[in-house]
Amino acid sequence: MSESWPAITMQVNGENRTVRVPPMKRLLDVLREDLHLTGAKEGCGEGECGSCSVRMDGELVNSCLVPALQAEGAEIQTVEGLASNGVLHPLQESFLACGGAQCGICTPGMLMAAAQLIERNPHPSMEEIREGLAGNLCRCTGFMRIFESVLEAATQTGKSQAEQAHHAR
Amino acid sequence: MRGNCEAHELIAPGSLPAVLELLAAEPGVWTPIAGGTEIMVAHAAGRLIASKLVSLWGIRDLRFIEMADQGVAIGAGTTFIDLRRHAGLCESWPLLARAASWIGSIANQSRATLGGNLVNGSPAADSSPALLVYDAEIELISVRGSRRVPYRAFHTGYKRNVLEKDELVYALHMPRRFSEHRQYLRKVGTRRAMAISKVALAGTALVKHGTIHEIRLGAASLAAFPTRLYETEKAVLGKPVTRETIAAAREALLAEAAPIDDIRSTAEYRKRVAANLVEEFLLEAGREGPQL
Amino acid sequence: MSTAAKTRIVGASVPRKEGVDKLVGRAVYVDDIERDGMWHGTTVRSTIPRGRIKSITYDPGIDWSEFAIVTAADVPGKNHIQLIVADQPCLAEAQVNHCDEPIVLLAHPDKHKLREAVGAVHIDYEPLSAVLSIEESERQEIMVLGESNIIKEFTLENGNVDEAWVQAAHIVEGEYRTGAQEHLYIETNGMIAEWSAAEGLTVWGSLQCPFYVHKTLKSVFDLPDEKVRVIQTETGGAFGGKEDYPSTLAAHAGLLAMKSGHPVKMVYDRMEDLAATTKRHPSRVRHRTALDKDGRLLAMEIDLATDGGAYSTLSATVLSRATLHSCGPYVCPNIRVRARAWATNMVPYGAFRGFGAPQAIFAMERHMDEIAATIGMDPVELRRRNFLHQGDQNATEQLMREPVILNQLLDRALAESDYYSRRERFARENATGHVKRGLGIAAFYHGSGFTGSGELYLNSLAGVEVTKDNKVRVMVSNTEFGQGTNTILTQIAAETLGLAFSDVEMAPPDTAVIPNSGPTVASRTSMVVGRLIERASLQLLEMLCNDGGPGAPATREQFFAACNRYRDAHGEVRSLCRYEAPPGIYWDDKTYHGEAYGAYAWAIYVAQVAVDTRDYSAEVEEFWTVQEVGRVLHPVLAKGQIEGGVAQGIGYALYEKVVCQDGRMANNQMTNYIMPTAQDVPPIHVIFEEIPFKYGAYGAKGIGELPHDGPAPAILNAIRDATGVSFKSIPLLPEDIFAVLATRELAEEPAIR
Repeated sequence: MSESWPAITMQVNGENRTVRVPPMKRLLDVLREDLHLTGAKEGCGEGECGSCSVRMDGELVNSCLVPALQAEGAEIQTVEGLASNGVLHPLQESFLACGGAQCGICTPGMLMAAAQLIERNPHPSMEEIREGLAGNLCRCTGFMRIFESVLEAATQTGKSQAEQAHHAR
Repeated sequence: MRGNCEAHELIAPGSLPAVLELLAAEPGVWTPIAGGTEIMVAHAAGRLIASKLVSLWGIRDLRFIEMADQGVAIGAGTTFIDLRRHAGLCESWPLLARAASWIGSIANQSRATLGGNLVNGSPAADSSPALLVYDAEIELISVRGSRRVPYRAFHTGYKRNVLEKDELVYALHMPRRFSEHRQYLRKVGTRRAMAISKVALAGTALVKHGTIHEIRLGAASLAAFPTRLYETEKAVLGKPVTRETIAAAREALLAEAAPIDDIRSTAEYRKRVAANLVEEFLLEAGREGPQL
Repeated sequence: MSTAAKTRIVGASVPRKEGVDKLVGRAVYVDDIERDGMWHGTTVRSTIPRGRIKSITYDPGIDWSEFAIVTAADVPGKNHIQLIVADQPCLAEAQVNHCDEPIVLLAHPDKHKLREAVGAVHIDYEPLSAVLSIEESERQEIMVLGESNIIKEFTLENGNVDEAWVQAAHIVEGEYRTGAQEHLYIETNGMIAEWSAAEGLTVWGSLQCPFYVHKTLKSVFDLPDEKVRVIQTETGGAFGGKEDYPSTLAAHAGLLAMKSGHPVKMVYDRMEDLAATTKRHPSRVRHRTALDKDGRLLAMEIDLATDGGAYSTLSATVLSRATLHSCGPYVCPNIRVRARAWATNMVPYGAFRGFGAPQAIFAMERHMDEIAATIGMDPVELRRRNFLHQGDQNATEQLMREPVILNQLLDRALAESDYYSRRERFARENATGHVKRGLGIAAFYHGSGFTGSGELYLNSLAGVEVTKDNKVRVMVSNTEFGQGTNTILTQIAAETLGLAFSDVEMAPPDTAVIPNSGPTVASRTSMVVGRLIERASLQLLEMLCNDGGPGAPATREQFFAACNRYRDAHGEVRSLCRYEAPPGIYWDDKTYHGEAYGAYAWAIYVAQVAVDTRDYSAEVEEFWTVQEVGRVLHPVLAKGQIEGGVAQGIGYALYEKVVCQDGRMANNQMTNYIMPTAQDVPPIHVIFEEIPFKYGAYGAKGIGELPHDGPAPAILNAIRDATGVSFKSIPLLPEDIFAVLATRELAEEPAIR
């Protein structure tokens, strides 16, 4: 039976992965069950809460709404791929310092959304931060610490880029 | 997750001709799925009836924004984030770009497509009001060729449209002629983001020396499908923007609109707010000076 | 007493103890866990609000031999959830009393087959008339519970209310209503259970109170203490919604594990969680108030009613807290509060942040503004004239021994929000603009810890131990679910023991390992349990000091060396303490008089709201909170609690409606149950004042629930300020504002505005 299912290959956090699953299996379930990457969470199953958010070909998507077949050939990044070589991403540092995570269940999705935001917009205004995170529901924080975390990470990223530029001269 | 993923077949022929051949060979059998932001919600709720699905995701022939002097052609597979990022579109058809920013969240906008939004045919469809007031034409395609239909005639009833069983939506065409028009778009939802529309109104109007020379009003959630407000337009066309005209517009709208009570809102609220939005548009349109 | 001394760790915003795991996707929530041979479980639920079960039939099209099937008949022990009153069945037997009541449990290794099977179980009912509101229950025509439908009632009296009316210069009445509210924790309820005859029952899951679950499981399975083990997994939000419900879910998973012989995982999807689990009690509160000519309160008569749903659950204690918060932070010599929790055939209501206080405070603070408007007084001045001060007695005749700085808090709140000049500006702008703005305030307190003798009854035991690898472990049954338990308690231990923050960790939340330090509820963790950790740490230092060695350890190295010596001599290094009530506490459960709470946090909240007369929406544009909380143990965590609570309070007031049709929640999807998003929350300002409370850890009082009490009345008071319309019911949706404003518009200008 499973032989009739297509082999689907995608790049996940930089690694090639192939799974043989029903084509209408949700990408969220493929990540969690087949690839054992349980960072992305199911909060609603209807694309409302964003706790399943991952990056697909550089774009934020709700993985609960992506059928596996449509992830064929895609580059997927999950929260497990945010830190590199054990070094936390500036957002992970700032969330820790500023209290951006309380219960933590929305955090993986929130980090992916925030990462996309500051990648595209290194100096986001408060309005832009609110819009960028509008699809990620957090019931614990009231969002204030999260906004501060994003601002802090943007500032730090800006600083380190300036330092790098300085040292490069 | 109440859907059974093993109970649904999904194939991706990968090209537009291949999909059209499939639809022609087995009309009514295969349900197209683009970004999946509607179909996958039904799937999760255990309410997805379609057992055979054909994927449109990634078909380059469907995902384009082509600007020309006379207007723009937007492929049905264009996502809402594509629309928002296209500078030319934002400049000449700002209402559509704004509507795109109100659809769900960034994560939904990166997957939801213009074609999907229209074929899903919700009376609350976010892109519809703007398309209605921009005189959009919808191009339908099959192995038999393509045909264009004014978008305002695309929907024929609640979740019913003019698509033949072997047809796909190919593109939306909008003429480039609104640079002098007053333009308006407002969506009223349950909150500022991630909100299904309770009522939405779009408007384009050509106002010269305080008189309405042209007017189009497009509304969501005032009928069984997104629709122009023809009676309300008639009530103000050729008239100066005065208190009397606005009152006439309000009256016409209250008579013309046929919203329903549902889990999100009430018919009375929708009607009244729609009348307020028409008034707001006319007041803005009647003012001198730059707008939008 | 440590509160006055300077501290290194307590009072600092140290990194969240389990923070890194949560940020890199390593935190393990129950649905992240797979166990060998694990099956999945699901529930067949009632589709009617009340009726007798005539038969249960299973479609022949399914091979039922593949499934484990459990009904009430399979319960080895008592078929009831153990709470205040054990009246809620684990599984319905002869009758169902609410929609979505659990009847049959199914387990199978394949989730898809399970889904199919739920639809293949048919329950045949003889429907009975159902009671679906407080008013219907009050009529007492259909008896849902006992002989009166009353789950619990209290009467709180002081002075002589009846005589006061004659002396009054003003008498003002009002009726206020609050709707149900759903917790909407982003992680739904879930449990995994494993059973063996040898080991007994072990459950892992999303929960607040391991020993509550433990108690129910012992009873349902008829097992001794040591044969039941409850382990909390990382919990993705709770807010009271995982205080009692997990006991039911754990019992269900356990029954299926027992029947199937396999570990069983049961995780609710959002639709099921929304429809079937507890919510905040709806309320109706009627006020009748007498005042003298100077606006001083002479008498308050309050009728407070809550809808408890079909079973008792926590309705009695919610009612208790509501009663004790119903009269506000005011002096009033004559009081009568009649409070009743009514049984209906709605899904049982339960604990939710505030626990009766938000309902009572909504009514009181709305009513204060109504009084002010009626007697022609500034609502700020009205409150000032009636505030409690140190030395006054409150409604239960509790003497305010500690300083009460409400006037100061009010001054600060007015200054921060620029209250008077903003209101002046709005009054001008509102005359011509289509957006009407206003400011509203709320003054309130929240009692920390269990009511009256509750903490004594809990008899909490908590402490610290030191392991062989030089780690101090905090031993408590209080759990982390985002509010910062892990961080606060380890801070306290590290501070008191003179160690580094990294030296201290939490013992795993596993009933086999930890003592019972009571539930994680009632804003008691920092104040009460934290104090136990503080005392146990001091006790440990004393034990080491008196051990015959070199004396009190002065450095980290000396501390661990002393522990090693102690362990060599005694086998383990452990220090536990039991709860001790602050001296002079007197509480009478019958008359409801005395010291209701050991400590109160006090607050003034201010809301700025804009009402758009085109779409009738109300939005909070800015929000100020000023609160006196004893001691801020961790500034970032404390801020986070206030901001999160305010966001929930805003949802409670303006967005979150539970729509019910025939006793079922009709909007049980996140797309239709509306909580505020990042674009809906206003800037929230948080200001703390500190008057250390002697009997709380490092002077701390509780803050977890306080912030949910203030927003709703402040917001509706602001809407009254903005529009002149007095709304008395929440949630207040645009459709509700429309219903009143539109009529007013039509009356003022028939055709044109």
